[in-house]
Amino acid sequence: MLSIRGLNYEVETEHGPLGILKNIDLDIETGRFVVITGPNGGGKTSLAKAIMGLVPATAESMTYNGTDITGLDVTERAKLGISYGFQQPPRFKGMLVTDLLSIAAGRELTDGECCAYLTQVGLCTSDYQGREIDAGLSGGELKRIEIASLLARNASLMIFDEPEAGIDLWSFARLTETFRELHENSEATLIIISHQERIIRLSDEIILISGGEVSMSGPTEEIFPKIMNATVPGCAFLEDRK
Amino acid sequence: MNDIEKNLLAQVADLHEIPIGAYNIRRDGEAAGRNSTANIEITSKTDKPGIDIRIKPGTKNESVHIPVIITQSGYGETVYNDFFVGAGSDVLIVAGCGIHNSGCDTSQHDGIHAFYLEEGARVRYVEKHYGEGEGTGERIMNPTTLIYMQKNSYIELETVQIRGVDSTLRQTYVEAAEGCEVVITERLMTHGKQIADSEMEVDLNGDDSRARITSRSVAQDESVQVFRPRVVGNAKCFGHVQCDTIIMGKAKVSSVPEIAANNVEAQLVHEAAIGRIAGDQLLKLMTLGLSKEEAEERIISGFLK
Ligand SMILES: Nc1ncnc2c1ncn2[C@@H]1O[C@H](COP(=O)(O)OP(=O)(O)O)[C@@H](O)[C@H]1O
Ligand SMILES: [Mg+2]
Repeated sequence: MLSIRGLNYEVETEHGPLGILKNIDLDIETGRFVVITGPNGGGKTSLAKAIMGLVPATAESMTYNGTDITGLDVTERAKLGISYGFQQPPRFKGMLVTDLLSIAAGRELTDGECCAYLTQVGLCTSDYQGREIDAGLSGGELKRIEIASLLARNASLMIFDEPEAGIDLWSFARLTETFRELHENSEATLIIISHQERIIRLSDEIILISGGEVSMSGPTEEIFPKIMNATVPGCAFLEDRK
Repeated sequence: MNDIEKNLLAQVADLHEIPIGAYNIRRDGEAAGRNSTANIEITSKTDKPGIDIRIKPGTKNESVHIPVIITQSGYGETVYNDFFVGAGSDVLIVAGCGIHNSGCDTSQHDGIHAFYLEEGARVRYVEKHYGEGEGTGERIMNPTTLIYMQKNSYIELETVQIRGVDSTLRQTYVEAAEGCEVVITERLMTHGKQIADSEMEVDLNGDDSRARITSRSVAQDESVQVFRPRVVGNAKCFGHVQCDTIIMGKAKVSSVPEIAANNVEAQLVHEAAIGRIAGDQLLKLMTLGLSKEEAEERIISGFLK
């Protein structure tokens, strides 16, 4: 279980301090599939990064499976079972797809194993194993390799940051299926930041983040109809639906 | 051979036993083993230190290993090796120099290698440089590589210097005729107060000649690197130069790729980049459970692979 109380994240700007996340409280039960959604710039990525330890947020308390993680760095949180798939994954000159997946898995993977992970994100495998994770990959390919790295890591908490971004229709269908299988067949807790109805419909819970705050949260069947009818300033997706 | 010498050979030529095919092992200036084959003849030069390697036309799938090792502190030498590669042959040549310096005097190897490729010859040339030893004496290697290519020949030049060479001046000169292809890959890592200087010129003199130069390096600590690759297009040709450096600590790097065209049909491109390891690269690998240091190591070893 992930439990957060009083999480704040502030950055310095030329006009003084700017609050990005304001007094966030969250409880996510083990094994749940939670979607975080909300308008662009609402603070979703910042929240995910704060959980992973990638940004210097402060909190009254933040525990994962009972362990206080507030003072832990990224590596230590990773070793506790927290993982995060970047919204904008970095490229690595010279590093092969198989290298990255092997690092993620913590051991040398066989071609067959890499193949299995890549298939789950809709990449036709033999073309990709020997590829470098550099400028030669398209945005959508890079994004899917990023997702595959989380699958290979197989952590107890997986946070995916807009996994659908830049991905074609067919791969998206494959990916949705992968999330569904993951939820059905594993104990992992899934937090997926997404704007996609198909992913939202698979979830157990929705957390709506806007303006750096939790503006709504609860079971999907209860929250989903509400956000479809709500107007949230700045959220194109929701406004389109009105 | 003692263990130090065996390790040097393994480092520079991946040799763990006597190589198959033609070879010449040079140890502190003396021949420590030589073998010619039916198609590849190795003979000592009579006018200066070094050897001539003659590869018969049509020789295919054979290899030549010519490692040099120096274990005597204070030993210095200049060696001339000439390779005559017969028409239509296809061979692998593995050179390399390993210095173990346990004393306080400078050990130095200056190797001047000239390659004469006849029509249609294909050569893959691998050269590794490696230094070690607990002494304070410097380890210096200055390789000069001269490559003269006749019509439709091909050379792939792969040079690697990963550890322990205090100072290196690398000079490479290539003349390519019609239909020739030149592929040069340079991998370099410097640390401490090491200095590395690489100068290169590839003259594309014949129509449909091609050159691709890729240099990747990592400069750590207070080391200094200078790259000056130059491609000259004198005909209808294609040339591409790319230099990429990861800079760390207090290192200094200067990368000066140059392309020059003397023919309207020459098509030449250069790219150069110097930068530190990106923060999000480190963070990504840390989210996969690596420490910051482990992440750095993985990024560097991938980059130099
Ligand atoms: N380091 C930073 N400096 C300044 N502004 C930032 C920084 N990080 C995030 N922000 C701002 O905080 C807001 C929330 O960003 P983010 O968490 O990326 O939103 P989301 O993922 O919901 O689109 C945005 O307005 C963004 O511009
Ligand atoms: Mg975001």
